[in-house]
Amino acid sequence: MNTLTFAGVLLVLSAIAYHLGRRRAYTVAGGELRKLHSLPSYYGLYTAIWCGLPALVLIGFWLAFENTLVTAMVVSDLPEALRSLPSERLNLVLNDLRNLAEGNIGPESVDPAIQAAAAHYNQLLQISHWAMAVVVLSVAMILGWYALTKVKPHQRARNAVEVVIKAFLILCASVAILTTLGIVLSVLFESLRFFTSVPPMEFLFGTVWSPQTALRADQVGSSGAFGAVPLFAGTMLISAIALLVAVPIGLLSAIYLSEYAHKKVRTIAKPLLEILAGIPTVVYGFFAALTVAPFVRDLGRSMGLEVSSESALAAGVVMGIMIIPFVSSLSDDVINAVPQSLRDGAYGLGATQAETIRKVIFPAALPGIVGGILLAASRAIGETMIVVMAAGLSANLTANPLEAVTTVTVQIVTLLTGDQEFDSPKTLAAFALGLALFAVTLVLNVIALHVVRKYREQYE
Amino acid sequence: MNTPTSTGAPRRRTIDIVNAGLKKRRRAERRFRLYGMTAISMGLLFLLTLFGSIISKGYTAFWQHYMLIDVTLTPADIAPDGSRDPQVLAKANYMGLVKASLREMFPEVTGRRDKRRLYKLVSSGAASEVRKRVLEDPALIGKTVGFWVPTDDEVDLLLKGRVNTQLPESQRRVKDNVVAWVETLKQQGRIQKRFNTIFFTHGDSRNPEQAGILGAVSGSFLTLLVTLLLAFPIGVAAAVYLEEFAPRNWFTDLIEVNINNLAAVPSIVFGLLGLAVFLNFFHLPRSAPLVGGLVLTLMTLPTIIIASRAALKSVPPSIKEAALGVGASPMQAIYYHVLPLAMPGMLTGTIIGMAQALGESAPLLMIGMVAFIVDVPHGVFDPATVLPVQIYLWADSPERAFVERTSAAIIVLLAFLVTMNLLAVILRRRFERRW
Repeated sequence: MNTLTFAGVLLVLSAIAYHLGRRRAYTVAGGELRKLHSLPSYYGLYTAIWCGLPALVLIGFWLAFENTLVTAMVVSDLPEALRSLPSERLNLVLNDLRNLAEGNIGPESVDPAIQAAAAHYNQLLQISHWAMAVVVLSVAMILGWYALTKVKPHQRARNAVEVVIKAFLILCASVAILTTLGIVLSVLFESLRFFTSVPPMEFLFGTVWSPQTALRADQVGSSGAFGAVPLFAGTMLISAIALLVAVPIGLLSAIYLSEYAHKKVRTIAKPLLEILAGIPTVVYGFFAALTVAPFVRDLGRSMGLEVSSESALAAGVVMGIMIIPFVSSLSDDVINAVPQSLRDGAYGLGATQAETIRKVIFPAALPGIVGGILLAASRAIGETMIVVMAAGLSANLTANPLEAVTTVTVQIVTLLTGDQEFDSPKTLAAFALGLALFAVTLVLNVIALHVVRKYREQYE
Repeated sequence: MNTPTSTGAPRRRTIDIVNAGLKKRRRAERRFRLYGMTAISMGLLFLLTLFGSIISKGYTAFWQHYMLIDVTLTPADIAPDGSRDPQVLAKANYMGLVKASLREMFPEVTGRRDKRRLYKLVSSGAASEVRKRVLEDPALIGKTVGFWVPTDDEVDLLLKGRVNTQLPESQRRVKDNVVAWVETLKQQGRIQKRFNTIFFTHGDSRNPEQAGILGAVSGSFLTLLVTLLLAFPIGVAAAVYLEEFAPRNWFTDLIEVNINNLAAVPSIVFGLLGLAVFLNFFHLPRSAPLVGGLVLTLMTLPTIIIASRAALKSVPPSIKEAALGVGASPMQAIYYHVLPLAMPGMLTGTIIGMAQALGESAPLLMIGMVAFIVDVPHGVFDPATVLPVQIYLWADSPERAFVERTSAAIIVLLAFLVTMNLLAVILRRRFERRW
């Protein structure tokens, strides 16, 4: 039976349980509903939960362990010659076997022992499915019936139901923790595997990055070099260009909009600027690669400069445009949070508006603005599509914005797109880069949030 | 006005110092104001350039030129034995017929290279067009039928005026004799500009004139459906817990810190998570909208949770207290009274989160949604790609006709985003209540 239809059957069963529970509540109340502790529908829910929830959990566990168990059973029945293979080879055999069992490959290419095993595998899976169906449905029915017998006027059905709902709410809220945990564990785990083949010091301080490893040991350049310094430098360069574009423009627009602009201008210009934040990054990437990069190259050429067509400058400028709204809306918030009394004080002393802004408001808002810039920087470091489409692939260690550089995110994408075996240092390197990226952006975010929060407390 | 020299006082008076500096200070004031205006204009200029460049590159892709060819459906070539069995009819060499009709139109063309150029006037999809018509109506066999077929992408670009014919012949892909043929065809009235339906009804293709966004749009739709079905209930439930039930303790603080940090984690890291957990650990299928939806769910959850909490916070406590006062349990008060009032705000936040998810591509590259997929996906387990990734793939293609199609796909994507954001704004305006 298909898992989806099975879930459907379970749902129908729960619906029946709800109905029965509700009716039973009416019956035990004997026509006098106020005798019941809870509303009748809660008795229905109570029964339905008893019927459906444990069965659902059971399905989850069953599906999670089914594959491992069945595989173990199949392996133990394999011929001795196959079973004694080293674990990587055995995994390949098992892959073949699964593909065969699912009908992805034809039986011609595989040897008969594996064909037999695949048939066995399918048979076991079949048995397991039917067993699951029987066990789960009987559990659902028995527990549903048990709940039905417990429906009494004094039974606190509502409280029981609410406990379950609250548990569900807590579970949903903890998804955030689970996600973080998942990120940290998956990235860390794969990175540790990477660091068994490449020492962390070499990764962090090596200056040569060429992840292409040869298939055979005797080929030229067989050992890839995993020194990530050129990537870090490239990321820094592009992010720095982006911030050089975004910070002045974003900050000055925020100041103008909050201090000078007429209300009408503000209501039009502010949303327009914020459109920049809503445009998908792939659009910026296209814009950078097809409009800005050729423009920068031609401009450089007309001035007699040699500009790469994948220059860091083009990617950085477009990334800067993208983060203008981050800087401007965050600065706008903190500038607006500066109390009016500070402005009035400055005006009272005869300062002009520009002097007030520069000497009073800006220093008062500085921590918040710095926080905003840090958030923008973390956004720039983690940005992927613009650099994938507009920046280069070769890892040059240079500070010249006219040359092509590559970034951490570009390398992650190039290392992981396409089909690769999962165990080579090449793919694992992507996770090590991911770890570095996660760590750096996390630190930046924590500092930024801390700064912003601390500042906010000052005036409230 | 008194000056220090005229009164002979030993000290300058304050007002004079102020007056002396006033001009400079006013200049500084004007300058500062100018900086601000320049900054804003630059921001708006960037926006304008971005939209201008994309629209000017992309609007032509909504049209496609078609060419009328008279194909003689000779029975000997289609079904020599006179059979009308669809299987036999489907296997005939329709490309040969199309080529023959082109040769007939330009009998003066000889030489292999010129002939090959001649055949490239029409799209390679022309043959399937003819086949489709023949299969629909086998009675056509034996007749000469006029077919409107799409032109080749290079010819289409030429007709749209996107090929500079002033360049020396060796520097362009459309050669002089092709230009001449097209000119003749135009004079004969055999060229027509039509709305490009292929672009909206086909999946991806290596031939620009046959490539469409339907596959990517359905992929995006399926992915967002999964995201919506998961992210909305989980996000709302999490927000309700954190805002209404959570005690102040280390666990709640941990959740809060996590939500705030996840909102700022680079999207590509979520892709790594999806690859390691969903693909390598749970062995879910690669390139499937299901996995894409799961990854995007984790990504958009912080947005939805933060927006939903703000919506819950804006409902005045008196409403909940009134419900509690007449004997509702806290759960009932929230479910029946607070939640409906907060729902517009929550929906607005969800739509904005969905718009974010619609534009996201980096994490989807990690889980294999970049494969070249021709078929339109029909379920969440089918291999699929999404609109932004399709844009990324086309942007990488060398054919020049893909540039305008990429831009057109971007226009479609932006149209979806604008619609979603407008919906959010309308929802907010319509249901916003000030208490």
